[in-house]
Amino acid sequence: MRFGSFLRQCRAVARYNLETIWERRGVSAVAVFGIAGVVGVLVAVLSIAAGFRSVVAGQARDEVAVVLRSGSTGESVSILSRPEMDAIAEAPGVARGSAGALVSPELSVIIDRKKIGAGTDANVPLRGVEAAAFEVRDDIEIVEGRMFEPGRNEVVVGQGAAVSFEGLQVGDIIAVGRSTWEIVGRFAGGGVSESEIWTDTRMLQQAYQRGNSYNVAFVRLTDAAAFEGFEAALSDDPRLNVSAQPETEFRAEQSRPMEMFISILGWIIVSMMSAGAVFAALNTMYAAVSTRSREIATLRALGFARLPVVISVIVESLVFGLLGALVGGGASYLLFDGFRAATINFASFSQVAFAFEVTRELLLQGITLALVIGAIGGLFPAISAARQSVVGSLREQ
Amino acid sequence: MSALPLIGAALRRKKTRTFLTFSSVVFAFLIFGVLSMLRVALAAGVDIANEDRLVVRHRVSLFQMLPESYEADIERLDSVVDAVHMTWFGGVYQDPSNFFMQSPVHPAEYLDMYPEVRLSEEEKLRWIETRNGAVAGRASAERYGWEIGDRIPIQPTIWRQQGRGDDAWEFELVGIYDSEVEGFDETQFLFRYDFFDEARSFGRGTVGWYMVRVNDPERAAEAAAAIDDLFLNSEAETKSEPEGAFAAGFANQIGNLGLIVTAILGAVFFTILLVAGNTMAQSVRERIGEIGLLKALGFTSDRVMRLVLLESVALSTTAGLTGLLFAVGLGAALRPTLATYFPGLFLRPQDLLLGIALALLTGLVTGIFPARQAMRLRTAFALRRL
Repeated sequence: MRFGSFLRQCRAVARYNLETIWERRGVSAVAVFGIAGVVGVLVAVLSIAAGFRSVVAGQARDEVAVVLRSGSTGESVSILSRPEMDAIAEAPGVARGSAGALVSPELSVIIDRKKIGAGTDANVPLRGVEAAAFEVRDDIEIVEGRMFEPGRNEVVVGQGAAVSFEGLQVGDIIAVGRSTWEIVGRFAGGGVSESEIWTDTRMLQQAYQRGNSYNVAFVRLTDAAAFEGFEAALSDDPRLNVSAQPETEFRAEQSRPMEMFISILGWIIVSMMSAGAVFAALNTMYAAVSTRSREIATLRALGFARLPVVISVIVESLVFGLLGALVGGGASYLLFDGFRAATINFASFSQVAFAFEVTRELLLQGITLALVIGAIGGLFPAISAARQSVVGSLREQ
Repeated sequence: MSALPLIGAALRRKKTRTFLTFSSVVFAFLIFGVLSMLRVALAAGVDIANEDRLVVRHRVSLFQMLPESYEADIERLDSVVDAVHMTWFGGVYQDPSNFFMQSPVHPAEYLDMYPEVRLSEEEKLRWIETRNGAVAGRASAERYGWEIGDRIPIQPTIWRQQGRGDDAWEFELVGIYDSEVEGFDETQFLFRYDFFDEARSFGRGTVGWYMVRVNDPERAAEAAAAIDDLFLNSEAETKSEPEGAFAAGFANQIGNLGLIVTAILGAVFFTILLVAGNTMAQSVRERIGEIGLLKALGFTSDRVMRLVLLESVALSTTAGLTGLLFAVGLGAALRPTLATYFPGLFLRPQDLLLGIALALLTGLVTGIFPARQAMRLRTAFALRRL
């Protein structure tokens, strides 16, 4: 019975508070927009990290292994020879396709291209591949023009590279040092490959005087479970001095430094903004309580207990938090989801084109933060509202 | 003069509210200060770039090597005073996440080119005497606990030693440098080129890039063109540009940071203006009776307006300054921890001034509406609210 009346009181006061929000819209808007600002920035900054991770690591597969010279921190510093490639192809667990073992020996160099919008040079990867590359990464397709022909100075550009850097449209000519390359096609798919320019390995080896050497082998295994046997065979092979990783692991490691960087930056900013927003929310709720001190006193004189008053103020503040989260998260979603950008991947020192991703997890994080700010912002004013003397407040003008 | 006690009384009237408004403005300016520092640090030296220094690199990309012989060719140009070369070593100290720039250099020539680097005479001498001697910036030395005389193993990723497989290079720390200029990278690890060149397993006689000092900064662009002309149609063509342009280009590789920072600051200030302005307005509303009393006592409307305006300006400038001071302190405290990502974290004087100006402006903008409201108040009506 007592509990029932308590609940009824809570509902009545909270309802009364919420119904009068519109009449106090000026003050209330301050709290809502304060929280919206924090949530908006949080979601926007973390959507950069999410988008970056998804393009670098999102397309990686467990059944693909990445083989580098042991001790290498990335593709660019690894060197593998043709005989080593042949030895890798003999290892157990390697899948077979139309042209034999699905081992893709690749050579990757970096060329300078101007970034669209900035007008300054950016590091764009130029990758030499053989036919096997397209069987290992089976999601790549030509969306404009045609594939390069082996033995000719032709290249295809990834979709992301084409929109992020100048002069990478089909038909353009790329001059690199003394060699020139004609862009004959544009491809989509392959995750981070979309930020690259691809050509025939042999032509690239010639242009860069790399003899018959490569940087990396991408190997398609029969299935993810075959990795252990494959890796063991490589490390037992006296002809090889290599290390193998599942592609998922390799890509995750590649994206970590940049993700860390963005997240550290984001959380520094967001933690300070949150503290600021807590003060703004406190201010708003104290103001809300003080302008209504007579109303609250009237309620108390009518027999409402303290706790329902406390709860109603907190509920109101939580509602502001929720509204703020919806406004801030929604604005972030509309403005930034799918926003295209290119940044440098610290791990490979080359550009990655990606789109910001406002994911459901990020929106939930935003809502959680907003509710925490709302709860803190409402708690102290709620207590002071409950402590107010009934008689004193009623006498006040 | 007589305004001060009145403003003081007004601010003390509701201490909680004053404190909360003050705190939210403090945080706004703390964010302003920190973002300004981060932006400068991310631009990696655009602001501290030396006007008379050029960066000369391989035209195809920074990762292609140039012949060591270019140094003499470049120095023969009339517009050039001096040229030194550097090379990306890219080794790993203990863990790949311990990232800092490592490069072989000619000690004496390098120190001439970079007056920013401060070493004692004794350290310089020891560097010139010790073949495997290296110097490190203060930030790296503190972070990894290095002391002079320590042997520091660096695992190669590109440059292996002849006949030694993957063995680590071992350097002896002979000096720790401080920077003469705020914001200069204090994480670098520099060792001797002659030691490096003799021991490396391939690429002897090639270097990463050149730093060139020109005799007339006004004509740096011409000097850069002259250098590029020198190597036109050679095996390794070059691309030369002023240090600042190079740094700006590098910062652009990360992305349009200026835009992101400005957008965040915009959101922050919009919010703060809303909060502070609203609080001021409410505080004036509550004091209508008191303001009427002031007017009845003979205060002119202008004077009342000035009082309210001064109150908000006083609040926002003290809060703004406090926030900026916190930012400077936070920057100093975080400098060693964040050195890997943001070498050289500091608040530029021009950003500090901009912050102070913004604090003043915040006070004026948030105070103006309540101040006008107070000015227009009709005394008789206001007195009724007492």
